[in-house]
Amino acid sequence: MLTICNIFNMSTNEWPLWEVFIRSKQGLSHKHVGSLRAADADMAIDNARDVYTRRSEGISIWVVESKLISASDPKEMDSLFEPADSKVYRHPTFYDVPDGISHM
Amino acid sequence: MKDINIEDKEREFQAKIDADIKIEPNDWMPDEYRKTLVRQISQHAHSEIVGMLPEGNWITRAPNLRRKAVLLAKVQDEAGHGLYLYSAVETLGADREKTIDDLNSGVAKYSSIFNYPTLTWADMGTIGWLVDGAAIMNQVPLCRCSYGPYARAMVRVCKEESFHQRQGFEIVMKLAGGTPEQKALAQDSLNRWWWPALMMFGPNDADSKHTAQSMKWKIKRSTNDELRQQFIDVTVPQAEMIGLKIPDNDLKWNEERQSYDFGEINWDEFMNVVKGNGPCNKERVDARRNAKENGAWVREAANAYAVKSKMRKAS
Repeated sequence: MLTICNIFNMSTNEWPLWEVFIRSKQGLSHKHVGSLRAADADMAIDNARDVYTRRSEGISIWVVESKLISASDPKEMDSLFEPADSKVYRHPTFYDVPDGISHM
Repeated sequence: MKDINIEDKEREFQAKIDADIKIEPNDWMPDEYRKTLVRQISQHAHSEIVGMLPEGNWITRAPNLRRKAVLLAKVQDEAGHGLYLYSAVETLGADREKTIDDLNSGVAKYSSIFNYPTLTWADMGTIGWLVDGAAIMNQVPLCRCSYGPYARAMVRVCKEESFHQRQGFEIVMKLAGGTPEQKALAQDSLNRWWWPALMMFGPNDADSKHTAQSMKWKIKRSTNDELRQQFIDVTVPQAEMIGLKIPDNDLKWNEERQSYDFGEINWDEFMNVVKGNGPCNKERVDARRNAKENGAWVREAANAYAVKSKMRKAS
């Protein structure tokens, strides 16, 4: 398991790194927009407002400390996702529907 | 199990680049690719941050409240751009604080244009029009850069830059259409900024040591000379439209090339400013160093407050 940033620097007096997720409007999910440094979660939200929503890009902000996110390893991408590649029958296009059949 | 050898990895990497597959932070990449990006993105971040200084100079002296609000918003955007880019450079394993310290100690470079002084209000217009215009020309192709986090930061930056260019052009246009004194102010400003703006695209292709490899890696998508020519071709008619003269006697439309021919750039001046001898190099770096030193107590207080509120929540 990896963190999202492979080589992690922990210099002593630097504020922790936070990943920022923004919901652009009601009905849509939060989306990762970038990261920033802040002393704590409250400051991370305030900073995220100034850094990532200066033009009304959001109505809700999530922040999470980068070191708390676990990520899959790109080196294992093939073995991790291969099982889905071999199951083409999960897609509707796998099936032949004769001409004349509609609403399907 | 034997490790795949480095040449195979490099071949695989180049194949991904050729297929326009973006590289993301945890992916394998050649050391040199990482180094090139760290250098380019950190210089880019420093340029955004140092770029706040020449304009900050005029915030308190903007001619009216509207201009002041616009300039404040613009300078705030530049801070934002710097922060997107410092985040992007951190995904490559660079240490943020060290990156900033390299700027403050004079080791790291930033765009030379910001080592010129902003002498009059007209410079606020010319910077937006020409300097941000040139930056857009440079940055639009970077939205397709092979490194994902850099490309994504550039998409945000480019969206915001077009406001910068328009507000600058508006200032210059207003002055150019004003009293003879105001028009002279605009012309003087164009005279001073035109050549440094052309230098922003970097040395001629023949003298640019990083261009070939960066193009192969799709870190760079157009050459310095291509972008410079493109900038001249779009900007000359804009100057004509508002009745200003580009300060280049060799500037001439070339019917055959469907492009402007232009005069020789003073590369000695460029190299001199890059080496640290421009009019404001020392002032800019000093301002950044002072900002860090004088802000230390704020960062320490924020840390102390964070620790205290965590303890309060726990109890």
